[in-house]
Amino acid sequence: MNRGQVSRVLQQHGAVMVLGVVVIVGSLAFDSFATPGNAVSVVVSSSFLAIIAIGMTFVIISGGIDLSVGSLFVLGGVLGAYGSQYGLVVALLLPLAVCGLVGLLQGLVIARTGMAPFIVTLAGLLGVRGLMLAISDEGATTYLVKDLAFAELGRGQVLGLSYPVYITIALSLAAMVLLQRTGFGQNVYAIGGNEQAAALMGVPVARTKVYVYLMSGLLAGLAGALNAARLSSGVTILGIGLELDVIAAVVIGGTLLTGGAGGITGTVAGVLLLGVIQSLINQVGNLTSAFQQVVSGLFLALVVVAQRLLSKAQRLT
Amino acid sequence: MAELTTRGGGRVAVLKPRVFAWVQDYGVYAAVLALLLFNVLFTPHFLDASNFRTQLVQVTPIVIVSLGMALVIGTQGIDLSVGSAMSLAAALVVLYLGYGWLPALVVAVLGGALVGAVGGALVAYINVQPIVATLALLVGVRGLANVLVPQLVEFRNPDLIALGSSSVAGIPVIVLIAAALTLVVMFVVRRTTFGRQVVAIGGNRSASELSGLPVKRVLLIVYVISGLLAALAGVLATARLQASDPTSLGLFIELSAITAVVVGGTPLTGGRIRVLSTVMGALLMQLLAATLIKHNLPQSWTQMVQAVIILAAVYATRERATR
Repeated sequence: MNRGQVSRVLQQHGAVMVLGVVVIVGSLAFDSFATPGNAVSVVVSSSFLAIIAIGMTFVIISGGIDLSVGSLFVLGGVLGAYGSQYGLVVALLLPLAVCGLVGLLQGLVIARTGMAPFIVTLAGLLGVRGLMLAISDEGATTYLVKDLAFAELGRGQVLGLSYPVYITIALSLAAMVLLQRTGFGQNVYAIGGNEQAAALMGVPVARTKVYVYLMSGLLAGLAGALNAARLSSGVTILGIGLELDVIAAVVIGGTLLTGGAGGITGTVAGVLLLGVIQSLINQVGNLTSAFQQVVSGLFLALVVVAQRLLSKAQRLT
Repeated sequence: MAELTTRGGGRVAVLKPRVFAWVQDYGVYAAVLALLLFNVLFTPHFLDASNFRTQLVQVTPIVIVSLGMALVIGTQGIDLSVGSAMSLAAALVVLYLGYGWLPALVVAVLGGALVGAVGGALVAYINVQPIVATLALLVGVRGLANVLVPQLVEFRNPDLIALGSSSVAGIPVIVLIAAALTLVVMFVVRRTTFGRQVVAIGGNRSASELSGLPVKRVLLIVYVISGLLAALAGVLATARLQASDPTSLGLFIELSAITAVVVGGTPLTGGRIRVLSTVMGALLMQLLAATLIKHNLPQSWTQMVQAVIILAAVYATRERATR
């Protein structure tokens, strides 16, 4: 392998490798790290972030960004808890329908007007947060999950892992197939690589973009609903600022913000890596969450610098 | 839908070029004036001096931060780290308050400049995308500020408290500082070589490089200025609060600042910086929120209306960008 190939492999699979190293080091350093209980707690708490990050991966590969997912996650939770009084189906369909609609609208505005995704979804972030406050009496009302089947969906377990973990795995596999094996996935890469060239080659740019933002909205709403099911309530303050965590996970996973490159495996590894680092910091003991933020920030900075150097090495060869 | 991909602004521009140009240039001023007029007519006690002062004092940190943000966005960049730079400044200023308020202020502002320098170095010399470079700082620097000052600390330094609460001729000192900074940034953008270079780099980076502009150095300085202004805003806000609160000071202010810049008509695509309009954008958002609250409309309305205004403002400026 020459230098370019090495750096390409590192770029695509670096997150998985680092994850492996961190897990091994953590297991050697702390007795209570590599326990089944700790592993389960990392996987379960990562699963909601992972569901949103899957949608964000498509958005970022297409060359865009979606800042609205944190607000949609909260809205999805409130709507899911509210809808649960009418049964499981409403509890799932209501958040999916509303969050999907928001995603669809954002996609239409981005694709049709050519306005920057950053701005359109920033407006989405504010508008959706307002909508969430409006239906929860300015955040004062916390809807409780009334439907037992819905609560079971968030908390029920098979083989020691709760249902959201299996849903996340299924969605990740489906997203991998969609991204790597279908025309739609190829179109997403093509648009992110070079939008004008893609349009000239006959890629349906506008339609693909609309689908990408629709999907991101749907997944954020689903993650919110599942989280509400797990917590048995639609919490109105959790998830504010979550969009930045999601973007960080996707970037750590090797998806380039410039678009056109990246993948689901890396994103899942990126989410797990953030979870594992958090867990490790908890193991160290009396370190505060503030210290954890410092480590996360440093780590993110290291990753982007490494990515930059790697893609430079690729271009040189 | 395929034909949408080859859209352009030409069609609209031919139909109503003058109206669009006018809205782009003066829309934000007209909106502020309209809101002021509405409030004078329909809001009781709106013209009271104390109400005016409260509004201006509240918007001051956003104005100062958005001045730096306008410069960064002018270079096609974005700075998400401003809120964290504010919180670091709040932490540093109380830690060094024992040496007097002026040294503490200098240390705090230098801390903010350092945050900007790290972000700027990543962007300029390593070519990291501005959004991720400053995202890393957003996460890490607020953590650092919290490590330095883990909880809210009240202070009793009379000079720092005076900086936050005293007035000259009825106008709060911090508002005067914001106004002075606005004039300085306007002068820098319009009349100095550095300002021209910033705009040129935002318009076309590779052309600027080819024509021999010190692109990397200018980018670095722009982010340093942004961090410096954010830190100053953090010190002023801390002085007004009479307490250092690194956990929540400046939280999400990056979104307010970006909103102010964008509503003021500075395009995210760079190459154009509208300083006074940016300040107007910040005032518009503040006035809007105040108006809705005064008329008993809940906070949820404010955010939804803000979302609509952002979209409308960017839609209006988009035409110029594509023309």
